[in-house]
Amino acid sequence: MSLDAHAGECHLIVGPNGAGKSTLLRLLAGLARPTAGVVMIEGVPLGSDPDIRRHIGLLSHQSHLYGDLTAVENLAFTARLYGLPDPDLLARAGLDSVGLAGRGDEPVRRLSRGMVQRAAVARALLHRPRLLLLDEPLTGLDLDAGDRIAAVLRRELRQGVTVLMASHDVQESWDLASHVHLLSRGAWASSGPRGDLNAFLTRYQEVVRG
Amino acid sequence: MADFLRGAIAVAAKDIRVEQRSKTALVSAIAFAALVLVIFNFARDAAVTSREALAPSVLWITVTFSGVIGLNRSFALERENAALDGLLLAPVSRSALFLGKYLANLVFVFTIEAVALPLFVLFFAVDLHGALGGIVAAAVLATIGFVAIGTVFAAMTVRTRFAELMMPLLVLPFLIPPVMWAVQATSRLLAGRPMGEIGGWLLLLASYDLVFVAASLMLFPALMDE
Repeated sequence: MSLDAHAGECHLIVGPNGAGKSTLLRLLAGLARPTAGVVMIEGVPLGSDPDIRRHIGLLSHQSHLYGDLTAVENLAFTARLYGLPDPDLLARAGLDSVGLAGRGDEPVRRLSRGMVQRAAVARALLHRPRLLLLDEPLTGLDLDAGDRIAAVLRRELRQGVTVLMASHDVQESWDLASHVHLLSRGAWASSGPRGDLNAFLTRYQEVVRG
Repeated sequence: MADFLRGAIAVAAKDIRVEQRSKTALVSAIAFAALVLVIFNFARDAAVTSREALAPSVLWITVTFSGVIGLNRSFALERENAALDGLLLAPVSRSALFLGKYLANLVFVFTIEAVALPLFVLFFAVDLHGALGGIVAAAVLATIGFVAIGTVFAAMTVRTRFAELMMPLLVLPFLIPPVMWAVQATSRLLAGRPMGEIGGWLLLLASYDLVFVAASLMLFPALMDE
């Protein structure tokens, strides 16, 4: 399996449940170890140097936030882990960028699902990663929350961030993608620049139904 | 080195803040310690067992089991919202993460001991005059090793289905030596023996600390990789 992704591109990885989308993202984030092969980010093998993780941001199914801490405390903690200056200031700016400026001092446990997801996006972007890995970032959100997150992702793409986004719902993420890859049983079933949605959906259904 | 310490301090400060906010584990552990002391106090047959004979064992049993409750929570809080993945994504060495967790757990267990010791004096009416320094030294040395090994096992079991059960089952056998040595030292001190007489037990505790803190620092990174 190989994937060539450049700055400012958004690669949508689509596949049915169990295709290996989340596993692929966990491998790329360094959270899982490959049984064979090497994951290389900008030519550097992942795991050889903790500093390479500085360039990677991950948004998974889970928010990676502590429910008992406020959104600001959560993001400030992330900033401290990454050695960023002015953690509290940076945390508030990060929350402001996703429209959560007014809710930063509330414990994450009290925020709605959409707000938690936006805080998680702010957390993933806080250290200005060059590679952003997103696992179902829009799933389960209402229209407003989905639109806000999509707007943030478009802004990051314009700034040259490379985005790899896994989803089993093609339509919700289609507009963001520059390239679309269909994953089935751990291998690419198709891969290339975004084309026609209907043609892709037909191919997707063929793969899902075997 | 600065990055290592920065990561460790950030993790420790975060853990302490989460506990300050929720107070779940600390309140549970202290309540548990008080209950154990009360039960031992009233369950003792005064005609058969004197307070002095039972007191050192009760103190260390209380501290050990209350401490295990706290150590269990150390990684349990990382399970919520897969926060552990967030830690592992950061450009911080796994050893620094261990050190941060370890420091927070030390604060936690020392807090339990600071509450349990006065309760112990109250329930068992022991005279700590002349023995307090030695008991504190034994407690500090026993806690350093106990918390190191407990932190490693808490990390090891965090991804298992029955982490709360598995962790004590795995860690308690490793705690037999330090608890035994701490009980020996405490017995002598409460019997009015001089500090010099417990030097050997304290040396054993210090050796245990050295071995298990070093082993924990080396083992922890491997435990964190899937």
